[in-house]
Amino acid sequence: MERNPLRRQLQIMRKSLFDQGYLDEQFVQLEELQDDSNPNFVEEVVTLYYRDSARLILNIEQALERKPYNFHKLDAYMHQFKGSSSSIGAKKVKAESTLFREYCKSGNGEGCMRCFQQLKKEYATLRKKLEAYFQVARQAGPMETACRPK
Amino acid sequence: MEAAAAADVLPSGSSQELHVLAVDDSYVDRKVIEKLLKISSCKVTAVESGARALQFLGLDGEKGSLGFDGLKVNLIMTDYSMPGMTGYELLKKIKRSSAFREIPVVIMSSENILTRIDSCLEEGAEEFLVKPVKLSDVRRLMKDCVMRGETEGNNAGRRVDKRKFEDDNHTSSLSSSSSLTPSPPSTTAPFGGDVATSELVSSSPPHSSKRAKLHDGD
Repeated sequence: MERNPLRRQLQIMRKSLFDQGYLDEQFVQLEELQDDSNPNFVEEVVTLYYRDSARLILNIEQALERKPYNFHKLDAYMHQFKGSSSSIGAKKVKAESTLFREYCKSGNGEGCMRCFQQLKKEYATLRKKLEAYFQVARQAGPMETACRPK
Repeated sequence: MEAAAAADVLPSGSSQELHVLAVDDSYVDRKVIEKLLKISSCKVTAVESGARALQFLGLDGEKGSLGFDGLKVNLIMTDYSMPGMTGYELLKKIKRSSAFREIPVVIMSSENILTRIDSCLEEGAEEFLVKPVKLSDVRRLMKDCVMRGETEGNNAGRRVDKRKFEDDNHTSSLSSSSSLTPSPPSTTAPFGGDVATSELVSSSPPHSSKRAKLHDGD
């Protein structure tokens, strides 16, 4: 258990993100790639994800404004989005992406629309939580993550 | 051109860093794979498309790529689903080129489709990795590549075994754990793939476990 209060807070935040299912094992993989030469690697990747995927979200949004839906296109966008989400360990976002793709495959426009609204919510929630997390991480300074042996 | 001179003088697979060409249209994935490889002591060139990869290798038919192919590529890791040229198409182009067919090519895909895996392995891919790629996957690849490189030097014995196997059983049934599903564990059709790789990965079936995980989670 960390003595430093900031680091303890960070540990608690981190644990909560995993316990509540926002993040999966892939996030841990990213943490393992972080080192002294690149102490903000995880934050950089997440920042890149949100910047890069904003474009995909917009594409999907626009595609959902055109009826009839082009499910093939929607699926292609979501495939890309899901891939990136998976790469950062965004568990809930990834799950919604999978669901969206299933609705595409079965040509369920209503399902796609509903699912996309939920996906955007999860995407936004995760962003807020990770922003808060990284803010504390920066304040706490370089630390060993929970997965590294002491 | 100093890089070119160095590559000419130094033997590949010695204590030199491996140079990996990573191909992925996803910016996020490129960043991650680059880091995975750098942490595993590799030199990395990350490009966003098959076309760029071919350009880098000097296979795009354009003369004057002399500067590029000075730096020898030891391994190519490519995403499967890319707009334009897929990883599979890139694989075929590389394997059909006399200059580069010896370079091991690894396919990465978020989709765990057996027919896809089979076609890639049949076209000569070394491995099929399910995304997201982990550090343990890269480490294993490095070991395989280094062993391949070392056959030119210290491990002459291993090289002989590999040769012998290939000569005796050119079309033998090979099991590559890349192509196995959790059940059944039996081998599938013979592959023209690399024997050494199959032997090396047979001890632990990381792909099987990965696949099992996907079935549960997805």
